[in-house]
Amino acid sequence: MNKKDNFLKGIFRENPLFVALLGMCPSLAVTTTLENAIGMTIAVIFVLVLSNFIVSLIMSQPKLAKLVRPVRIPVYIVVIATLVTLVEMLMHAYLIGLYKSLGIFIPLIVVNCIILGRAEAFASENKPVDSLIDGFGMAVGFGLAIIIVSVFREFLGTGLLTIWKDLQVDLNFIFDFLRIQPLAMFTQPAGAFITLGFILAVIAAITAKRQAKQAKEVKANG
Amino acid sequence: MDNLIALAFSAFIIQNIILTQFLGICPFIGVSTKRSSALGMGFAVIFVMLISSSVTWVLYRYVLEYFNITYMRTIVFILVIAALVQMVETFLKKVSPSLYKALGIYLPLITTNCAILGVAVLNISNEHNFIEMLVYTTFIGLGFLFVIYIFSMMREKLDYAPVPKAFKGAPIALIVAAILAIIFTRFGGLIEWIL
Repeated sequence: MNKKDNFLKGIFRENPLFVALLGMCPSLAVTTTLENAIGMTIAVIFVLVLSNFIVSLIMSQPKLAKLVRPVRIPVYIVVIATLVTLVEMLMHAYLIGLYKSLGIFIPLIVVNCIILGRAEAFASENKPVDSLIDGFGMAVGFGLAIIIVSVFREFLGTGLLTIWKDLQVDLNFIFDFLRIQPLAMFTQPAGAFITLGFILAVIAAITAKRQAKQAKEVKANG
Repeated sequence: MDNLIALAFSAFIIQNIILTQFLGICPFIGVSTKRSSALGMGFAVIFVMLISSSVTWVLYRYVLEYFNITYMRTIVFILVIAALVQMVETFLKKVSPSLYKALGIYLPLITTNCAILGVAVLNISNEHNFIEMLVYTTFIGLGFLFVIYIFSMMREKLDYAPVPKAFKGAPIALIVAAILAIIFTRFGGLIEWIL
C-alpha cells in the first residue's frame, strides 16, 4: 500500500463515521453549526495524528514494545488524554468561543473510539511515518463527515452557514424562493439523528449499486 | 428538596443523556437489538456510573483542587474509570457470580462509553455538591436505561417491518431515535409546565 492509498482509505473506503460508525456522539452533538464541526475537526486532527505517531514510536522500539505490550491500553489512554488536555488548554487560551460551544465534547475526545481504535489497529503495528499518514487520513475523513452533517443541519435549520466566527454565508434566499421557513427541528437533537440516518441510507444505496455493477462486470468477464 | 426533585426530573427526561446530550450513542445503537442486552447494559451503566462519579468527584474536590492541578482532570478521570471498571469486574466475579454473569460482558465495553466520563465531567462543571451529584448521576443512569429499553423494544418490532433496503440497520435505527428524541423534547415542556 503506498502513501496516497494509505491517506485516502480513511476518507473513502474506511471512513470512520460513514462506514465504520465510530465516533457517533461528537458527530451528532457538535454538528449544530459548521463552525463547531470545523473546530472539532481541527482538534481531532491534532490528537489523532500525534497519538498515532507517538504510539507508533513507542511500539516500534522492540525493547520498549515488549515492556509496554501487557499494559498497552492504559498507555495509549495516557498518551491520548495528555494530547486532549493540551488541545483543551490551547482552545481555552486562543479560541474561547469555540471552547465554550464545544464544551464537554473536548475532554470527551479521549473516549472517541476512532482514536483508541487506530492506535490499537494501525499504529501499534506500523512505522511512525505510515501511522502519521493513517492518522491524518482518518481524522480528515471523520472531519469531512461531520462537516457534511453540519452543513445539512445548519442550512436546513437556520438558512445560514457559519464558517468561522463572523464569516457567515446567508442562504435564506433559497427558503424565500421556495416560500417556506427554515426547519428549526434540524438544529434540535432530533434533526441530528434524522440527518445522519438519511446520509447513511444514501451511502448504503450507493454502495449497493456499485457492488451490483461490479458483480455484473465479474459475470460478464468470466 | 424541591430543587433535588427538579434536578432528578431534568436529568431523567429534559436533559436525557442519550436523546438530548448525545452521550453513550455507541451502546445505544450497538447493544439495543435485543431487550435482554439493553437491560443488562442499562444496569451496568447505572452501576459503574454511580461508582465512578462518586470517586472522581471526591478526587477532584479533595485532591486535584487541593494541589491546584485541576488541569489534570481528563487524564485522572479516564484512568480512574478504566481502573474502576477493571476492579468492579474482578470484584463481581469473586463476590457475586450471578450478577457477574448478567453484567459481565457489558463491563469492558463501558470503559469507552462516553456517558461515564461525560457524567463525571458534567458533575464537576455543573458544580454539584455530593448529594446533588448522587441524585443527578442516578437519574441520568435511569434515563439511559429507560431510553435504551424502549428503543430495544422498537428495534425488535422493526425487524419485521418492510424497511427499504438502503435504510436497513443503522439508518432506520437513527430515524426511529429521532422520533423518540422529538417525543422527549416535548415531554420536557410538559414537566416544566407542571413544575
